[in-house]
Amino acid sequence: MPSLGADMEQGVLVEWLVKVGDPVHRGDVVAVVETPKSTVEVECFETGTVEELLVSEGERVPVGQALARLGDGAVAAAPPPDASGSPDASGSPEAARSTTAGAPPPTTAPAPRPRPLSPVLRHRARELGVDPVTVHGTGRDGALTRHDVEAAASRPRHRLRVSPLARRLAAQEGVDLDTLTGTGAEGSIRADDVRRAGRHTTPSGRVHPPVSTAPRPAAAAPTSDMRRSIAALMTVSNRDIPHYHLTLTVDLQRGLVWMRERNRELDMAERLVPAALLLAATARAVRSVPELNGHWVDDGFRPAADVDLGLILSLRSGGLLVPAIAGADRLTVDETMARIRELTRRARAGRLRGSDLVQPSITVSNLGDQGVDSVLGVIYPPQVALVGFGAVGDRPWAVDGMLGVRPLVTVSLAGDHRASDGATGSRLLRTIDRLLQTPEEL
Amino acid sequence: MSRHPVTTAARTEAPVTTTYREALREAHRDALRSDPRVFLLGEDVGRYGGSFAVSLGLLEEFGEERVRDTPLSESAFTGAGIGAALRGLRPIVEIMTVNFSLLALDQIVNNAATLRHMSGGQLSVPLVIRMTTGAGRQLAAQHSHSLEGWYASIPGIRVLAPATLEDARGMLAPALADPDPVVIFEHGSLYNLSGTLPVDPVAVDISTAAVRRSGTDVTLIAYAGGLGKALEAADALATEGISAEVIDLRVLRPLDDATITASVSRTHRAVVVDEAWRTGSLAAEVVARIVEQAFYELDAPVERVCGAEVPVPYPHHLEEAALPQVVDVVAAAHRAVGARA
Repeated sequence: MPSLGADMEQGVLVEWLVKVGDPVHRGDVVAVVETPKSTVEVECFETGTVEELLVSEGERVPVGQALARLGDGAVAAAPPPDASGSPDASGSPEAARSTTAGAPPPTTAPAPRPRPLSPVLRHRARELGVDPVTVHGTGRDGALTRHDVEAAASRPRHRLRVSPLARRLAAQEGVDLDTLTGTGAEGSIRADDVRRAGRHTTPSGRVHPPVSTAPRPAAAAPTSDMRRSIAALMTVSNRDIPHYHLTLTVDLQRGLVWMRERNRELDMAERLVPAALLLAATARAVRSVPELNGHWVDDGFRPAADVDLGLILSLRSGGLLVPAIAGADRLTVDETMARIRELTRRARAGRLRGSDLVQPSITVSNLGDQGVDSVLGVIYPPQVALVGFGAVGDRPWAVDGMLGVRPLVTVSLAGDHRASDGATGSRLLRTIDRLLQTPEEL
Repeated sequence: MSRHPVTTAARTEAPVTTTYREALREAHRDALRSDPRVFLLGEDVGRYGGSFAVSLGLLEEFGEERVRDTPLSESAFTGAGIGAALRGLRPIVEIMTVNFSLLALDQIVNNAATLRHMSGGQLSVPLVIRMTTGAGRQLAAQHSHSLEGWYASIPGIRVLAPATLEDARGMLAPALADPDPVVIFEHGSLYNLSGTLPVDPVAVDISTAAVRRSGTDVTLIAYAGGLGKALEAADALATEGISAEVIDLRVLRPLDDATITASVSRTHRAVVVDEAWRTGSLAAEVVARIVEQAFYELDAPVERVCGAEVPVPYPHHLEEAALPQVVDVVAAAHRAVGARA
């Protein structure tokens, strides 16, 4: 189980996307894991052949535990391990490389539970027009796999033949049409079939509301999990980190003029928004103020080699995700924009990848779209700084002894006073300002 | 009771035994007696007494002014009827069969049906056109077709299909009272239908369908020559424990959607019996309306029992084979009702 965030201690393996005998390559997406924050596609670190799946779908395991054993394919033909997961079922352990060393295989199969359905899979099912409830799961405990959904989509659609009246009665009486055998022409389900079933399930003949037979989606709870996770992290931050806050108002006139010019040359799909400019400038500025780029670990500051810029994304369903733009200081504004678009789309679709969730070296909170003036942020431990942006808006501004109207934005910094002082923080804000005055150089 | 005279219940005077043909004749006699504007015209309606003997004796009783023989010229005498109606008379035009009415189709479709609308309501055509329809009497293709469904698609006219003695007796009067053209189809196989009628005519409407038999499992929808077959099929189904409701459409235009929908909503299954060709038939229209208005009540596809799509054959056995028969209606009802629990 990879660590998909500094605060992650365990994760639920929602779905295996590979099975025993499948060849896998480094970087292949092999499983879907649900963390307290999100559902993440896990990429494989090695190349080889899957010899054994050590963790069942639906199982919650700690970070660091081995999920599967890869080998060179010599025992690929071996039957899938039984529930006991005994090592001798999968050939020689010595010959096999383990994705993660030292983790014991699970000894018992988990109790049957409602079939988990990851958001990824649910999304795929919706894309393909497959009703997951009607698909037979071939995973452990009848869990649906991606293969099941895709196979169901490619099969000629088996459609129940149900008379309109029977369908209406079934809905009224809460009878599941899938459980009925039709006695009408060509096996069609008629009203009498529904009435007979209704009598069995409701001896009183009383109509009861339809019962949802759909499994409770595995991701139904992430909001509260995520809330808990945010709560724990922010509490730690407020308790352990002595914050200092600085703000600086920046004239964005030049930046926006440059952006509008640039947008004329770009396709509609690639056009820039001010956030791209702000993030690109921040990443460059952070490179020149390394005292703010890194982590506070074991009572000491460890500077980070790269600027991995965390981006706080608020979800429509509530809660936050903080994917990172790795090596953000080396990206152009255009590239930064593209990365923002990708991350936002993947995060909102619940499809973030493990590589999106690397530990940022510094984080940006852009609340400009929320219309606030400035952000006095709370640092994500173990990082030591958080840069905030308020809304860009036209305000009165003194320029060359005259009062003018300029597009302004307030940039803020929350700094960890253990790692840096206000002078260092001020340098960062001034650098951001300076870079935004020469946007063409970004 | 006046809306749906289903039975000839005993009244103050003993009912008289009569036939469909005699009931029609009595209706004409009443009309000619009660309204001097009414007159009958058509081929052989006078001296011959009508091709199907409906007007037998009327010439002698009412004279040549009121019962007028015409040449074999459907377009001309139908047009004459339209002109007379426009000028305030109440003509009854008899056309020998619906096949021959095609010669008068221009007058009916382009004049009778349109003039009220084209004159902005200034003109009325209070005309009644009667004609024979249907097969079953070995009269071959040119005398046997059921084209009433075509007429039922024409806005501007009302289309009736009396299938009972009561309707044969009662529909003419309200048809003559209608300020717009009314076309009455008499199925050739019904003229000898016999039964009893009260001495005093029972008033009937010309706007609704009638439930001729109540049932709970399937609705058989028929009209004219098909009604008797549907009722016979309902008898046969009853012996198997299948309760069939039988609707007599009576009025082919405008269709009485409410009666049809209400019945199908009770029985959840329907069989439409129509002697005409299936394609583009009145039966097709009825099925479409059921699906439009009662889709969620249906427990089975709506069945149709229609005439074979051939010109009606002359040989008896082939003619029988080409027409809907009672066994066909029973079989369709079985398909609709399905395996019984």
